Amino acid sequence: MIEVATNDHNTPEVLLRVKNLKKYFPIHRGVFQRHVGDVKAVDGVSFDVYRGETLGVVGESGCGKTTMGRTIIRIYEPTEGQVYFDGTDIATLKSREMRELRRSMQMIFQDPYASLNPRMSVERIVGEPLEVFHLANKEERKQRVARLLELVGLNPNFMTRYPHEFSGGQRQRIGLARSLALNPSLIVCDEPISALDVSIQAQVINLLEDLQEQLGLTYIFIAHDLSMVRHISNRVAVMYLGKIVELTDQDTLYANPLHPYTEALLSAIPVPDPIVEEQRHRILLEGDLPSPANPPKGCNFSTRCPRKVDICSEVEPEIVEVEPGHFCACHLVQPAAATS
Amino acid sequence: MHAVDSISYTLDEGDTVGVVGESGCGKSVHALSIMRLIPTPPGKIDHGEVLFRGRNLLELREDDMRRVRGAEIAMIFQDPMTSLNPVRTVGFQIMETLILHQDMDKGQARARTEELLTMVGIPGARNCVDDYPHQFSGGMRQRAMIAMGLSCNPSILIADEPTTALDVTIQAQIVELVKQLQHKIGMAVIWITHDLGIIAGLAQRVNVMYAGKIVESGPVKSIYGDPHHPYTLGLLQSLPSHGTRKNERLFSIAGEPPDLVDLPAGCAFAPRCRYVVPRCLKEVPPLEEVGYGHKAACWEKARISR
Repeated sequence: MIEVATNDHNTPEVLLRVKNLKKYFPIHRGVFQRHVGDVKAVDGVSFDVYRGETLGVVGESGCGKTTMGRTIIRIYEPTEGQVYFDGTDIATLKSREMRELRRSMQMIFQDPYASLNPRMSVERIVGEPLEVFHLANKEERKQRVARLLELVGLNPNFMTRYPHEFSGGQRQRIGLARSLALNPSLIVCDEPISALDVSIQAQVINLLEDLQEQLGLTYIFIAHDLSMVRHISNRVAVMYLGKIVELTDQDTLYANPLHPYTEALLSAIPVPDPIVEEQRHRILLEGDLPSPANPPKGCNFSTRCPRKVDICSEVEPEIVEVEPGHFCACHLVQPAAATS
Repeated sequence: MHAVDSISYTLDEGDTVGVVGESGCGKSVHALSIMRLIPTPPGKIDHGEVLFRGRNLLELREDDMRRVRGAEIAMIFQDPMTSLNPVRTVGFQIMETLILHQDMDKGQARARTEELLTMVGIPGARNCVDDYPHQFSGGMRQRAMIAMGLSCNPSILIADEPTTALDVTIQAQIVELVKQLQHKIGMAVIWITHDLGIIAGLAQRVNVMYAGKIVESGPVKSIYGDPHHPYTLGLLQSLPSHGTRKNERLFSIAGEPPDLVDLPAGCAFAPRCRYVVPRCLKEVPPLEEVGYGHKAACWEKARISR
């Protein structure tokens, strides 16, 4: 279990604390829809997110990173565990109370084509959150929408247009404007750039960073592009099959990865430099991600791990703080204090 | 609309050429044109030649072309789920090519299919032959596609974003696999992607495409080390490098890729270009030599460097 990393000189304020969060999707089979098992999409994750930081979450498809993001803001009901947002446990809140809290936590989605209603004008899309919470009359709403569009770098005159009139990058900006409408403090960004062209990705990343600075936002940035995550995050959590296997600040993670999976993941990123590529040694993993409905015994990564030892297929490793602020779940990695 | 507008390049035996560009730049259409897989109508190859070992593929009769496709030039696609037939077993689909092109009987084809699936790293290939595509994971499907592409030992493999839908660790496996096979059977590869990273480690030559044209072309090291087209330069600069810090702005290319129906006069990149001069808005720059085997299509190419 992760406890807060106590920082001697300045203790950052925890905005979101996730404790042992689990999300299982039941599998039903047969005529009587018997419950025969669970897809353990998120299987006991714990971490803190500090106010004003960006926590990157990386992992391969199917590792549960999107489910985790959605469970945190309760688009999915958590199976088990607590989510403290600003001190309140939101995992057990009633829907009315949750509705109020939703104002402070928003989400932007991967697919800018699917996440905007094609029959609504931009004005209605961006203004809808204000309407839902009865925050402004029609005139005020229009002004606010115009300001939001300006904030994300779109021409306010576009508000009468419909989503199909915009490109992918612009749609992602509209989604962002909508999520900012209620002045949230936390935004869960679920692969916000992976559907965009390379030349547009940098624009959106810059925009996200500018807005964070201006509005003091906190991001959970979910992605599989590790080089972008490295750029935008303060700390990075690496997920594998529903669990966090390593969590630390971005510099340490990239310079000194401890978990064998993190190592393999980092070595698999292609570097856009032919000279570096020539000399690089890749750690190639064998096989595919196991099914989360039937995770392997012991460590989840044991079926593909190049450094596997006997204990790995028997006992599941706990996530421990190896160095201050550096968490890792691997039998081969022991806390510095214990080894020295 | 000119999806691909007068592009020329050569591919040597056993070499890998990377084709880089954003969505809509014509990189897939160029590959489909080589294979003559463009649906006609509405599409049409207006002019040009595709010379394969001296023969112009565009002039072949359809049944001769069919003998080239799959057997001598094979193609693998981005999305394995839509390019495999969901109601046929994976084995059947690979065997089909072998029986058609290699005159094998069923037994031989089956044995060869098992061999191919093992070669592309599918564990327990013998048991997988009779599986349907949905029983395979994404990475396995892509590997099955590659096995199918390689089944007849083609001289050229055209890979159209074969790893875009896959995770980085699986991508690394596939790239390594293609490199090994290339070594083994000496095939040439045309690797189409939007990811400059993959190309760096894979190709000898790179063609950068923008709005249907090749805007820069050259040996991989000089393209990455000394780009002379502002688009290539911009793409390279917009990638976060190991040195960039948080809150250090990424370089971004302004604007959006152009609409091919409504291309600007002159250079198609001019509206987004930092180095634009009045001439760019009027005349289309030709692809001209800037270094050994390195060409760029830009009026201001002398000014542009990293």
